[in-house]
Amino acid sequence: MFDALSDRFDGIFTRLRSRGRLNEKDVDEIAREIRLALLEADVNVKVVKGFIARVKERANGADVQKSLSPAQQVIKIVHEELVNTLGGVSGKLEMSSKPPTVVMLAGLQGSGKTTAAGKLARMLKSQGLGVLLVAADLQRPAAVEQLRVLGRQLDLPVWSAPDDGPKDPVEVARTSLDEAARLGKNLVIVDTAGRLQVDTDLMDELRRVRDAVKPTDTLLVVDAMTGQEAVNVATAFDEAVGLDGVVLTKIDGDARGGAALSVKEVVGKPILFVGTGEKLEDFEAFHPDRMASRILGMGDVLTLIEKAEAAFDVGEAAVAGEKLRKGQFTLEDFLDQMRQVRKMGPIGNLMKMMPGMPKEIRKAEIDEGELGRVEAIICSMTPAERRDPSLINGSRRVRIAKGSGTSTQEVNAMLKQFKQVQQMMRSMTQGKRMRLPVGGLGGMEGLPQ
Amino acid sequence: MSTELLVFALIIVLAVVLIAGGLFLSRRGGRPTPPGEPPPPAPRLRAPEAPPRPTGPVVEAPLEVELEAPELEAPERVRPRLRDRLGKTRAAFSGALTRRGKIDPETWDELEEALLLADVGMPTTQRILEDVKARAAEEKASDSEQVLELLKAELALLLEPGDRSLRVNPGELNVWMFVGVNGVGKTTTIAKLAQREVDEGHSVVLAAADTFRAAAADQLGLWAERAGAGLVRGQDGADPGSVVFDAMSAATNRGADLVLVDTAGRLHTKVNLMEELKKLRRIVDRTPGALKEVLLVVDATTGQNGLAQARQFAEAVDVTGVVLTKLDGTAKGGIVLAIQAEIGLPVKVVGIGEGADDLVVFDPAEFVDALFD
Repeated sequence: MFDALSDRFDGIFTRLRSRGRLNEKDVDEIAREIRLALLEADVNVKVVKGFIARVKERANGADVQKSLSPAQQVIKIVHEELVNTLGGVSGKLEMSSKPPTVVMLAGLQGSGKTTAAGKLARMLKSQGLGVLLVAADLQRPAAVEQLRVLGRQLDLPVWSAPDDGPKDPVEVARTSLDEAARLGKNLVIVDTAGRLQVDTDLMDELRRVRDAVKPTDTLLVVDAMTGQEAVNVATAFDEAVGLDGVVLTKIDGDARGGAALSVKEVVGKPILFVGTGEKLEDFEAFHPDRMASRILGMGDVLTLIEKAEAAFDVGEAAVAGEKLRKGQFTLEDFLDQMRQVRKMGPIGNLMKMMPGMPKEIRKAEIDEGELGRVEAIICSMTPAERRDPSLINGSRRVRIAKGSGTSTQEVNAMLKQFKQVQQMMRSMTQGKRMRLPVGGLGGMEGLPQ
Repeated sequence: MSTELLVFALIIVLAVVLIAGGLFLSRRGGRPTPPGEPPPPAPRLRAPEAPPRPTGPVVEAPLEVELEAPELEAPERVRPRLRDRLGKTRAAFSGALTRRGKIDPETWDELEEALLLADVGMPTTQRILEDVKARAAEEKASDSEQVLELLKAELALLLEPGDRSLRVNPGELNVWMFVGVNGVGKTTTIAKLAQREVDEGHSVVLAAADTFRAAAADQLGLWAERAGAGLVRGQDGADPGSVVFDAMSAATNRGADLVLVDTAGRLHTKVNLMEELKKLRRIVDRTPGALKEVLLVVDATTGQNGLAQARQFAEAVDVTGVVLTKLDGTAKGGIVLAIQAEIGLPVKVVGIGEGADDLVVFDPAEFVDALFD
């Protein structure tokens, strides 16, 4: 989501890099560009002002480090200020010392509360907590049903009003605690109805729901596409029910998500989680430092490492890495490793985290179905063919195409691609600084080696 | 270790992307009719004798085909007006100009800030302010109030062009499709419009083509019942195309004249989902001329991303207009100015409030006034 902002900064800093030193005029120019970029990213006008002022003050200030070029210096300052604005530390849920811990989700209509409730439940369940979902959204038709469907998918109980009984969200919330005790659940997630912050009746109702469950964590769910209004929303909800944190949803689009910066700056509450896709597992802890790096086009290396560590078998990876270096990486190895990679999540999301990726690649939409086809093609080869693709002649091609439900053209294209990439991988693992021998791709700087 | 692992992971990811991506591109080039996708609709004349597919429970709608609707839009009825509905929430906010009187640089800064705060966005804001500055100089305006009036006039002018009617031709099948990103209020908008059109004597069928979000069809079903419209739905996760197809045949069979298609919310950046949307449109287009409106639903709280949304959806399915929802909060929905200025899509309907009849006609002058309240 912050990709576009990174592009913008990329532009500015490319120009800066070509210059020796910065003068005050340069700083002003950068400040103007940064202002534009932030406004385009939907950061609140007032937040932008403060941010720019801080950057300018520091950029003009005396803390010049000999080791850094002026451009690097500005990048560092902007980066640090972004981290400061986004929050100093990565967020975690507050756990109650007296279970159950109660998490209440609130926000505007359509911000993604119910989906976030399901995703959060999945995350906490996988951490070994006993989760009860509570459907206190009795406004939107079928909202309860939506949560029940999610509950079924996750194999988690959902507590709500009886279908034919009175519809009182406060009552649902209150009784949910007894239900949690009955089921022995130690974590309760309360999904509330979407409401406008200016709707006094509904805000009052939210207050009563809060009083009924005394949430350990009250989280505001904010759509990453929100514009200037984010500040008003966050302020009003904070005043009404007291927020403990924020969940930022739908960051898998191309919205630049300035709302995140605004909300954090204005209510001072951390962004705890981000929703990164349509599936229940597309939910992550928010890391300000990583996000700031992403804004500046430095990639989100830490998240990648984390995902890689979870998905890859270290021993296998080391062996495969060795093969890569020696140029003995076969289709068989590729198949194994591709399956590992796919465990890390959608490829498109991974690409966005990679440092130094050129725009075209970061933005490329990878259809997961294509990966399935690649897999099918490789699976339709004999082990000998996988080890030595040069064996594959015309009739073998036809067989492979038939076996994988593809065409011979596709088999050909796949083999050609693999050959090219194989060569590229070899040169990448050998060279200290990796350069992609593909037209227009930049060097992969900033990669830890 | 982890660095080693990372580098390795990076390379593999890249390899996967390049191989799969390369394959994808090569497929795009020569496209030998990939498996799984139906052939383009053009040569296939109206899907021969529609196979009786299970359509799930189809709520019967009262058949009232009394069509005396005039050419285009239905006549003006007593509908809530934009201004009346905005009044309550806006009163608490002070005007855009804190400094009245002579024009100085700060006047312009304040106006710029007001527009930016309304989500109009920098490019459109700058363009408009340039024009207004020029006009202010021409007309020798010296008072900030005058400038504000000039600005409002300019904005209203910008919003003026475009046909705001929702087209229905009497005596034939009409289809309106609703598209947009997740959570903007597509289903609620359809519910409101269904109510309105049923009230005006149309026989309406709702197509629950959002088969992705859990219980989306249930939500639409409840609304259909309340409005007295028919509903066609499929199983959760079913092919939305079949739902659209079934809805169109159901409407034809029972002589309904208006089908409202609810599509799943999708981010405009998801290529495959946008392809799915194009497919839905192609299915509607099999009945030539039936598709009258493709409406992009935009939430008033949307920021600059709304422009990207409009661009992508317009490119994919040729959007005919914008529905602006949730204008009853303090969000001003200025993004529709940018959408009109840059893409030329007019706002056709405004959604305010949660009641089934909370739709208002878009009035540029009132909308512009509200930007500066």
